[in-house]
Amino acid sequence: MYDCIVIGGGVVGGTILRELAKYKLHTIMLEKQSDVCMGQSRANSGIVHAGYDALCGTNKAKFNVAGNKMMKEYCAELGVKYRNNGSLVVAFSDEEKSALKELKSRGEKNGVDGLKVIGIKELKKMEPNISEKAVGALFAPTGGIVCPYELTIAAIGNAMDNGAELLTDFDVVRIEKRGETFDIFSKDGREVKGKMLINCAGLGGGKIAALAGDDSVRVMPRKGEYILLDRESGNFVSHTLFFAPTKLGKGVLVSQTVDNNILVGPTAVECDGTDTTADGLKYIMEKSREMCPNLPLYNTITSFAGVRAFCDRHDFIIEESAKVGNLINCVGIESPGLTSAPAIAKYVAEEIICKRLLPEKNEKFNPVRKPDYFFKNLSAKDKNVLIKRNPSYGKIVCRCEQITEGEIIRAIKENPPARSVDAVKRRTRSGMGRCQGGFCQPQVAEILARELGVLFEDVTKSGIGSELVTEKIK
Amino acid sequence: MRNCDIVIIGGGPAGLAAAIAAYDNGVKNILILEREERTGGILNQCIHNGFGLTRFKESLSGPEYAARFIEEAKKRNIETLVGTTVLSLSKDKTITAINSTDGVFTVKAKAVVLAMGCRERSRGALNIAGTRPAGIYSAGTAQKYVNIKGYLLGKEVVILGSGDIGLIMARRMTLEGAKVHAVCEIMPYSSGLKRNIVQCLDDFGIPLYLNHTITRIDGDNRVSGVEISRVDENKKPIAGTQKYFHCDTVLFSVGLIPENELTKGADIPLSPRTRGAVVYQNRETLIGGIFACGNVLQVHDLVDFVSEEAEIAGRGAADYVLCGSGEKSPIDTTNGRNVSYVLPQKIDKNVAGDVKLFFRVSNTFRNCTVKAVSGEKTLATRKKKIAAPGEMETLTLGSNVVESVSEPITVLLEEEN
Repeated sequence: MYDCIVIGGGVVGGTILRELAKYKLHTIMLEKQSDVCMGQSRANSGIVHAGYDALCGTNKAKFNVAGNKMMKEYCAELGVKYRNNGSLVVAFSDEEKSALKELKSRGEKNGVDGLKVIGIKELKKMEPNISEKAVGALFAPTGGIVCPYELTIAAIGNAMDNGAELLTDFDVVRIEKRGETFDIFSKDGREVKGKMLINCAGLGGGKIAALAGDDSVRVMPRKGEYILLDRESGNFVSHTLFFAPTKLGKGVLVSQTVDNNILVGPTAVECDGTDTTADGLKYIMEKSREMCPNLPLYNTITSFAGVRAFCDRHDFIIEESAKVGNLINCVGIESPGLTSAPAIAKYVAEEIICKRLLPEKNEKFNPVRKPDYFFKNLSAKDKNVLIKRNPSYGKIVCRCEQITEGEIIRAIKENPPARSVDAVKRRTRSGMGRCQGGFCQPQVAEILARELGVLFEDVTKSGIGSELVTEKIK
Repeated sequence: MRNCDIVIIGGGPAGLAAAIAAYDNGVKNILILEREERTGGILNQCIHNGFGLTRFKESLSGPEYAARFIEEAKKRNIETLVGTTVLSLSKDKTITAINSTDGVFTVKAKAVVLAMGCRERSRGALNIAGTRPAGIYSAGTAQKYVNIKGYLLGKEVVILGSGDIGLIMARRMTLEGAKVHAVCEIMPYSSGLKRNIVQCLDDFGIPLYLNHTITRIDGDNRVSGVEISRVDENKKPIAGTQKYFHCDTVLFSVGLIPENELTKGADIPLSPRTRGAVVYQNRETLIGGIFACGNVLQVHDLVDFVSEEAEIAGRGAADYVLCGSGEKSPIDTTNGRNVSYVLPQKIDKNVAGDVKLFFRVSNTFRNCTVKAVSGEKTLATRKKKIAAPGEMETLTLGSNVVESVSEPITVLLEEEN
């Protein structure tokens, strides 16, 4: 019997799992997919929003500003890349420029520090590649960038290192509430029992709530497509550049990433799926060129799409279900959900779970998870110490991102373990460079087969059904 | 830090031939750095034959062709470190590399030969719409899975791009029992060798769709199908021309990109046309003592040419070590009408000997003449029944011709009226 069951291995579930690991609680995460971080936490803009967008008094405003303030230390503990690069909301007309003032005063009411409306001269100095048509911008110095999948995986890994459990491929098909206990069944016949059920199922949030007996939660998908540019163009912009916001969201942005790529997107179309479309990609290219006419789109290394789950309340729902006791819904966590996640997690753990279960503190909790990923950033001396201890760190597998065999083996062995090529990629960046895995994929697959003790033909790109090869040649 | 006369980055066909040539020209202290576990480069996975027709007058498989050079390097006791990746190169010819035995180490060289080869352009770079399931491979990666690892990739295949590796893989997959439904080529002509079109597609009845591209990839976990469309003269898909193929595998053979990350790191000037270094006829880059050859310099279609070019670079590097660098008297070469690039981009008149110009034409032409001109003077000319972008062309300038030139040399193609 678990004290808490977290359904959904995204950034919200992950940060909650980690927060709960700070207490003497028996906790488990259930993830439908073959790996954690396969939904909206995998493919989004990776922005740490300052908090001027959200309407005053909303959950979005509250958790965004709080999360922004927590993010730096949070990432430092987990060894996750974060950079406080600052955001700019760029105006292209006097009308838009006056809207910036409104945005600024909203931000100030929300508690955002340092907001400043700047003129074209200062903007040009900050971003020399900005369009000539820009007239000014709102500068948010607290805006930042983070790697969303690194953050999610690290939070879950750290929680597991501190005792939390994880079940993947656990597709919930039935939930029974018997007295004070939830009994949760997976498609493949597994069963997990627990007292508190924390619904962080993202796009599946409505379904999970309904299975538990609360049919009031409606979650809808909104797809966003992105284009990613080579690191070679990584310094084309240094801040995160937004257009003035519209009803559909913050629109197409142009931003540096923590790995020094340039990311442009997303579109916002109310549909499900992670397929890209010719129209969507064309739209991103046009919009991003409005922001920066000389954007080197010829340096594209990949395009992809992600889904944001929003609900009809247009605010985060973070509360106990009115219909089902002990069911905590954390749904509709669209943007700025990534920024908000650490603050949401703290709130859920301290204000909801602790008040209900009154757990003791886990004195042994270790908040630090320092991976020796990013081997390439170590000094030659430190690299040699590592190679001496473990020669597999001397073998470069992914040449584009300079990822070693040692890092790949570690990703397979540590929490949460990587069991597919894409899982290795999200943890190590192997295959994320300019050749997109052309050289390293067969090698990564071989390392996976060896370390997991499975046949080469059973190694998958991303879970069962996505095997890389079909059969051995006779 | 260790010292070497010549460090060769890459132990594929280019690196091996350069090392052998440098050795035979009097420099014995040579080090080859190879990232794979054995030398031979991409030839190791090219188990089809047709290699060496020009050089050895016989048809060898890739591994057989490589073996001849590996053997020669061995005879000369040329030191080779395998499993060794070069992390950086500096202008002063200091190389930082890494492997499991030596860790991170630096080598100071008197001369460096760049022979890193190229990588394949990936699906990601093309912004092709659709999903990203398993079953999508670049042709060279597919070749590695099939020929080196020994696994089948799928049964129903569509290939985008008619580069040579794509054509070779169309045949290879067919021989292993797969059905190749189509090879799509966005250009009005194939970028592959004519002989590969005949032997790999025509002989197996595989249709080649010119002026076509893949406009969408479907499939959840695994590819389930692709939509192809005809393109207009601006390479934009034409609405209403879609055709759908159910398939489980998509291969991309859409171009090779010289892997010049180290070159860029050392601030060596590159040509936007070849995406390789700008070089003199001895394959010396604009940084003295650093040479380049093979596919990292220009994408070749025949390994025989790679070997030839690498020998030039190897001799150049040996000369540099033994005699140093003299005063240069450079003449530029440029591509003129109907020619997409010329290499070398610079000719040093102070170096004696014939100069062979390598170039590619920009479209398919029949009954035409290729020419090298300088000012009013025609330096060399050759009539061609057919010229195509997929086949590298050459023109040789005699040493007396080179000596007489005072203006930039332009290579062009004239169509017959």
